[in-house]
Amino acid sequence: MGWYIGKRLLQMIPVFFGATLLVYAMVFFIPGDPIQAMFGEKAVNPLIAQQLREQFHLDQPFYMQYLIWLKGIFQGDFGMSFSGRPVIDEIAQAYPVTVKLACIALCFEAVIGVILGVIAGLTKGKWFDTTALIISLLLIAVPTFVMGFLLQVVLGVKLQWFPVTVGANQSLEALVMPGFVLASVSIAYVLRLTRTSVAENAHADYVRTATAKGLRRGQVISRHILRNSLIPVVTFLGVDLGALMGGAIVTEGIFNVPGVGNKLFQAIMRDQGPTIVSLVTILVIVFMVMSLLVDLLYAALDPRIRLA
Amino acid sequence: MSLKKKGVALAAASLAMALSLGACAKSETPTTEGSTAAGDTSSSAPVTTAVGGVVYMNGTEPQNPLIPTSTNEVGGGRILTNLFAGLVYYDETGVTKMDMAESITSEDNLTWTVKLKADQVFSNGDPVDADAFINTWNWAADPANAQLNASWFAIFEGYQEVQDGTATTMSGLVKVDDLTFTMTLTAADPNAVLQLGYSAFYPVPKSGLADMTAFGQNPIGNGPYKLASDTAWQHDVQIELVPSETYKGDRQPHNAGVTYKFYQNTDNAYNDLLAGNLDVLDQIPNAFLENYESDLGAGAVNEPGSTFQSFTIPSRLAHFSGEEGTLRRQALSYAINRQEICDTIFAGSRTPAKEFSSPLMPGWDGNIPGNEVLTYDPEKAKELWAEADAISPWEGTFKIAYNADGPHQAWVDAVTNSIKTVLGIDAEGDPYPTFQASRTAITDRTIQTAFRTGWQADYPSIYNYLYTLYGSEAADGNGSNDGDYKNPEFDAALAAGLTKSDMADAAVEFNKAQEIILRDLPAIPLWYQNISAGYGSAVSNVIFGWDTVPIAYLIEKA
Repeated sequence: MGWYIGKRLLQMIPVFFGATLLVYAMVFFIPGDPIQAMFGEKAVNPLIAQQLREQFHLDQPFYMQYLIWLKGIFQGDFGMSFSGRPVIDEIAQAYPVTVKLACIALCFEAVIGVILGVIAGLTKGKWFDTTALIISLLLIAVPTFVMGFLLQVVLGVKLQWFPVTVGANQSLEALVMPGFVLASVSIAYVLRLTRTSVAENAHADYVRTATAKGLRRGQVISRHILRNSLIPVVTFLGVDLGALMGGAIVTEGIFNVPGVGNKLFQAIMRDQGPTIVSLVTILVIVFMVMSLLVDLLYAALDPRIRLA
Repeated sequence: MSLKKKGVALAAASLAMALSLGACAKSETPTTEGSTAAGDTSSSAPVTTAVGGVVYMNGTEPQNPLIPTSTNEVGGGRILTNLFAGLVYYDETGVTKMDMAESITSEDNLTWTVKLKADQVFSNGDPVDADAFINTWNWAADPANAQLNASWFAIFEGYQEVQDGTATTMSGLVKVDDLTFTMTLTAADPNAVLQLGYSAFYPVPKSGLADMTAFGQNPIGNGPYKLASDTAWQHDVQIELVPSETYKGDRQPHNAGVTYKFYQNTDNAYNDLLAGNLDVLDQIPNAFLENYESDLGAGAVNEPGSTFQSFTIPSRLAHFSGEEGTLRRQALSYAINRQEICDTIFAGSRTPAKEFSSPLMPGWDGNIPGNEVLTYDPEKAKELWAEADAISPWEGTFKIAYNADGPHQAWVDAVTNSIKTVLGIDAEGDPYPTFQASRTAITDRTIQTAFRTGWQADYPSIYNYLYTLYGSEAADGNGSNDGDYKNPEFDAALAAGLTKSDMADAAVEFNKAQEIILRDLPAIPLWYQNISAGYGSAVSNVIFGWDTVPIAYLIEKA
């Protein structure tokens, strides 16, 4: 087990360098000039532009810029952003709220998705199952921003049940609505995944055996059906946490959440390479760690799987 | 200030949705009430009219550190106006008034003597004296300090030497005594005083100059407001300002503080306004333009602003030089139905242009001879186009470039359709993915089409629109004359205006200069962006300045 984790951690190193280099290259080749952007529609003062280029190492060739950025990471400050703050400060401020939001979304997914999915799977073909399928289809079909605006206007502006936007108020109450919107599509996937899995396992031989030897229905469901059915769901949830953090741009925009999505959007609009790559790097690490955790969870859920 | 931030702010996709004002307004943002109430209870505070609550206004995260000379966009600019005070300020009618200065006088419009009011200090106690201004300006002009607004100091004698590295201070700035200094300009300019109210000319205290990096995150100013605390600027979230007891000028706050809440797009700001979490929103999102006047009732604002929009056809393009070019430009201008586009595409949030400057500028005319070229006249358009074709037949497609990350596609399509229908030629929009991509193509002159241009005044004067965009000295990459229009006749007419010491007389001359460009059309004026704004029932006295930004210190909140 320890050997396995060590091996996986070592594998992360080339993935880290490969991913960051790729992202850095893509950002580098975005057309447009960030220094030009800083001057807006005003004429660029060449001397000052030159000074700024040197300050942000934009006069260096591509590989040098990448190395300087790497150096920033190992120094711990991730370099300086164009707004004059260490990028690490921007990360430290944007990530907590996004993590909070993603965790709330994950709870929605796990609780609503799994419970509805289990009931639907056990009552396959009945009215509950059909209703759940139709609702999940709706959740998948309605774009996030439509759902977001709708809830914001109805629950926020009209009924005043929830704060309309997040901003400075990063309490649980304020994050519930954006968390649900962020989770909505994934809830549908979790529901469908659980339903299929449960429905399949409900007719497996070992379930019939368990029932035949006289176990109560509840025990059969929780010990035998659920444990085996959850393996694909756990995989999905694990990887989805990364996707929720990186994919919250739309939701964060609608609810004015000052998180990673917002920061990333601004950085892209202003062509701020180092900030973009730094934010994405953290996401890459989150994805790698999550996929490791998922693999470890596999072994815990399914004794047949041995990690080596 | 440029149009850049508008493009970015409006870039996010919007969704049209009909809604009406919520019945009751409940405050979701009580976080700052406590700290700000204590702000101006100091016994040394001058008598102010500060009453009531903290006003919540919309804003955007400043793109640069909050240093006056490195802030050139509205997100940081609107905060600096409150934190700092310059020699002069612009009142609610656009008229320039003394702020830190007692008087600014000149015999020849070349050398100006500035006398400061006595006993004025920054909020940390540092004096606002001649040194504060001179040292700040010298620091900012030095290219080693890479200040985005350095070019503003080019009006002073000695700026070029500092840029070249042959001097460290500008010879045009001379201290007479603690409260007096003289400014020598590179050329006589009766408008000099008008410019001094711009945020680039605000002073920075000694302690700030010693460590500008720290200062930029925690600025100490001399204006009507100061930061509420060391943590008042929560990046990407909000910035809290409270009245400064050390400010003795005329811009005394009428409220207990101002908090700018930073929004990623104006859609969610609008919903916050409806829910009562925001008091003033200076830009109604496009999706709500149809309904906001009924949603907000008395709190809805819709009036022409100072942002002028146009498109520029460089004369280096085929068929657009000389006599033929002038005819074609006039034909294109006559072919655009501005009123209809303003009404249908923009839901009445634009006002068709009557000239090259804005109705908010002192001396604006609106009836300059030759401005009939800005009306819709299909017959005249066809006639002029045919005359141009007689010189050299038209071929190809007429394209207008725009940045697709801003809300431009709809009107560009409307304009090109109008041209297509009237003139019977191919015309279409040419989108660039981002604002920067389009600007880069425009500034390095590789663009081979007409392109979107615009201007929002830097200071309240017609001259600012004309010289900066069409003056020969601003061409060839030396300024914002992106079409490289050069006409000595126009330059001479502008110069004639500069010799007048009375502002009204000067405006008359500038308007004569406009007659020339109404004929040549270096850019084709389209419309003025209206101030489409709104405020909640809790606030009153919401007045928009010449720069279309609501004047924070005047707002009253019950």
